[in-house]
Parts: sequence; C-alpha cells; structure tokens
Amino acid sequence: MLKLTKSMYSYTLIIPAAVIYTVFFLIPTFMSFFFSLTRWNLVDWEFIGLDNYIMFFREPALFNSIKNTLIYAVITCGLKVIFGLLIAVFLCSKLKTKGFLRNAVFFPTLVSTIAVGITFSVLMHPSNGLINQALAFVGISGPDWLGDPKLALLSVAFVDVWKGVGFATVIFIAGIMSIPTHYYEALEVDGGNKLNAFWHITLPLSRPAINAVIILALIGGLRTFDLIWTMTRGGPGFSSDLLASVIYKQYQGGFYGLATAGNVIQFIVVALIAFPLYKFLNRKEVDI
Amino acid sequence: MRKEAPGQINAPVISKQKPKKKQLVPFLIEVFAVLICAIVFLIPFYFIIINSFKTSKEAAEMSMSLPSTYQILANFTEVLTTRDNMLLLAYYNSTVITVFSVAVLVIVCSMTGFILQRRSGKGKTVLGFAVLSGLMVPPAIVPTIWVLDLLGLFKTMPGIISIMVALGIPFSIILYSGFIATIPKEIDEAAVLDGCGSWRLFFKIIFPLLKPIHSTVIIISSVNIFNDFVHPLYFFPGAQNATVQLTLYNFMSMYNTSWNLLFANVLLITIPPFILFMFFSKKIVAGMTSGSVKA
Repeated sequence: MLKLTKSMYSYTLIIPAAVIYTVFFLIPTFMSFFFSLTRWNLVDWEFIGLDNYIMFFREPALFNSIKNTLIYAVITCGLKVIFGLLIAVFLCSKLKTKGFLRNAVFFPTLVSTIAVGITFSVLMHPSNGLINQALAFVGISGPDWLGDPKLALLSVAFVDVWKGVGFATVIFIAGIMSIPTHYYEALEVDGGNKLNAFWHITLPLSRPAINAVIILALIGGLRTFDLIWTMTRGGPGFSSDLLASVIYKQYQGGFYGLATAGNVIQFIVVALIAFPLYKFLNRKEVDI
Repeated sequence: MRKEAPGQINAPVISKQKPKKKQLVPFLIEVFAVLICAIVFLIPFYFIIINSFKTSKEAAEMSMSLPSTYQILANFTEVLTTRDNMLLLAYYNSTVITVFSVAVLVIVCSMTGFILQRRSGKGKTVLGFAVLSGLMVPPAIVPTIWVLDLLGLFKTMPGIISIMVALGIPFSIILYSGFIATIPKEIDEAAVLDGCGSWRLFFKIIFPLLKPIHSTVIIISSVNIFNDFVHPLYFFPGAQNATVQLTLYNFMSMYNTSWNLLFANVLLITIPPFILFMFFSKKIVAGMTSGSVKA
C-alpha cells in the first residue's frame, strides 16, 4: 500500500511550487540573517557584526517603530475582534436587511488600501474634513487626526479597523452559523436569555473562528505598510513609524544592511508572537 | 429531528400572542443599524463618487453636497490621459501581472495541495510548516531584490510575477488542500489501477474536479494581486513599470490641488474589485473564510 501511495502521489508534482517558493521566498528570508550583519550595496558587502542591530536599538526613531508596531497590531486586532463579533452576532439574528448589511461591511476589504488611505486622509482633514465637520455640527471641535503626533498612529489604526472589520465579521458569521441550533434550543428550555446564549454558547463554540481572526489580524497588523505610508509616511516626525515603514525609509536611503536588520527584527517579532499564540490558542481549543 | 418539532410548532403561536409593541423594538434597532452602517461604511464611497464628478474648485471644499455642475467626462478623460496615458499603461501592466500570476498559482498550487493533502509522514510535516510560515513571515525586502538582481529579473515583468506567485503560494495551497480533502481517495486508486501515473492522475482526473475551488483561488488572488501596492513598489520600480496602485500613489502628490481628479482615479481603481464583488460575493466570502479558518 505504501508503495502504491508513493507512486500515486509522487513528490515530483510539488517541484514547480517548491522551486518558486524556495528561490523567491525562502532563500531571501535565510539570506536576510546574513545580510543584516553587513554593510552592503547589493554587489559588495562588508561584515560589521551586530552594528546594524545596535544602531536600531540605540536610535530612538528606529526603536520607536518597534513599539509602534506592537501598539498598532494589538489595537487593530483587538478592535477587529470586538467589533467583528458584535456585528456578526447582530447579523446572525433575524433581519430583513441582512444581505445588504453584510455586503456593506465586507466590501471595504476588497478595496485597495491606497484608495482607502487617500479617501480617509481627506475625510480626516483638520478643518474641511467630513469627520471634523460632523463633529463641529454637534459642537465638538475635532482634533487634527493625522497631524497630531499623539493621535496619528491611532487614526490610521482606526482606518485599518474600518477596512478590515468586514473580514473578521464574515469569519465570525461562518463560525456562529456552524453552531448546532439545538444548543440554543436547550438553553431556551432552561430559561436562559440572549446574553446567556452569547456568553455560554456563541462565544465558546465560535472559538476556532475567533482564534483565526486573532492570529490573522495580529500578523496583518505587525506587517502593515501601505496604509501608514499613504496616510502619514510615518509622521509627523517619526511618531507613527512602523517597522515596515522604517525598512522602506532605510532602503530608500541606501542603507540596505540596516533595512535588512529591520526586516529580521520584524520576522522575530512576528515569530515570537504568532507561533506561540497559534500553539496556545489551538491547545485551548482541544481542552474544551 | 423529533425534538425540534414541538419547538417549531410553538414558535409562531407565541409570537402571535405577543403584543405589537414587542416587534417594534427589533424593527427600530434594525433601522438604527442600517443608518449607522450607511454612515460608517457607505458615506466614504458616496464621497468618492460625488467628488469625482465635481470641478476642482468645488471638490476643494471636500463637502458631501451634490455638484452644481457635473464634470464627469472631462475629469475621467484627464485622469486617463495624464502623463502620456500613464493610467492606461498601469491598467495594462497590472492586468498582465495579475493574469499570469494567477494562472501559475492555479496550476502549481493545485498540484502541491493535492500531494500535501494525500501524503502523510515526516516530509509532509516539514513542507506543511514551510507553507504555514510563509503565511506569517513577511518577505525580506532587500535580499529579495538581491536574488532578483542576480537572476536578472529585477524591474522586469517575469520578476514581479515570480514574486507574486511565491507570496501567494501558501494561501492558495491551503485553499486547495482543504477542498481536495473532500474528494474520495477511491477515485485516485481507480485511476491508478487503470494505469495512470501521478501526473496523469492529477491532470486527467483531479484537476477538472477542482473547478469550484479554482474559481475561488482565481477571484481572491486576482483581487489581492491587483490591489497590491508594497511589492510592485519594491520589486517593479520605474516609470514604464507603473502598476495601478502605484499610479494612484504617485498621483496623490500630483493632484494635491485637484481632489476631483484624485477621486476620479480612486473610483476607476475601485471599479474592478467592485465588479468582481457584484458577481462573486458569496464565493469570495466562502473562500476567505474556509482558507483562513483552516490556516
């Protein structure tokens, strides 16, 4: 039987994908560990040990990006989970406009990030922007969303949630729909209310969907580049720089070694968070 | 089944007994939700459309009011013809990149997904881990340029297509193996007994059975690749190499004073994903959910 398996499912079929993946993804990834220890210009390289990393951790503008990346990832992930779950539970109740609402929430996921970034830069304009004009209408003077160093990162995170919450929502809807209805019927017989149903049935049983969203949103947040680059370019100053935008700036400046060190730090941050979290969440799932 | 029956019979009876007031509250909640949803999710799109129809002076006010004079044709012609029809060139480039990348992805990932799903053992575990890490780890930018440069593919169409394929491989493989798990192995065995080898078995028997998942992979990858900004920015620079998203980004500074043109451009770029969404929204949602939950 083993012989049959081997001849039926020959590993030669995976060669094309393996070659492309190795050459254009795995080799650059492994080489980045070496090149992050050098000063290089794509042709010549000079080994300088850990200098790039020391630079990265000493320079506040660079180090700050690590902190910002973590803040950004946690905020966007948390808000996507919370809002996504609330919208999904709402959309799973009996509604006439269910299809319309789901489509409206989901569509931004498919729109290009650049288009969303440009549109919201205009909507967030401090004086003429629609958001502050609406706030002024109810008597609040809105802040300079993208120009205030304390606020810029959060404003972009908000736009990220706007764009991504639809994706979280559809995953949650799929999770909730897969819960057998007899659980809810049993609860009804026992006299539980809707809050009980959410807390004791919906939440624990849509755990796999919640885990998937947490992992995907967190990784997406840690890798974000296009939205921050379109809306603030890491500014004002370096206040909203993320790891990915620092990598781009160093690359543009010709500091390839430093840019690559930033890349390696990004891998390490992603790996340190994503892999343990993945294991942790999946183990919990089995326990229940 | 029987247990459900009494509940189903009872339900309408109870609701008939309820006073009308009780039905008013959920109705109001729904109206409220639709309003909030319209404000939060639809106004930005309305804003894009309405401003792309205005004159530049009126668009500068950044307001939601309807345009006093509609300047639709002039705006869109200007956006399309700026810088020697740059946007048209970008559309051409993006289309070529998308079509070729997706075609390669469909063929190589369905093959790999098939083998990875059917095999077990150590080799499979290692490969599975490689696929999973590709979903998580971001690409190493400068070393990738270094590899492209060594191969003479930097700033070329085949280069950017290879990158798009490499980065799309993990997600597509996961979609394919998830679907292939539902195809019974008996089909493979019958084909092999009839004298098919692995390649013939796959392309003659399995590949045609994958139609539903092919279309999911095609739609989702097309949207992702067409909308991609970061990778063309790094791996496909140069004026002749414009892609749709990069053009939009470049026009952002150029159209600083004429928001109407910028929004006309945004609108033109949002149309292709919107059309896909109109026809395939169910497929897109189903594909994204199944792919990510299995990941």
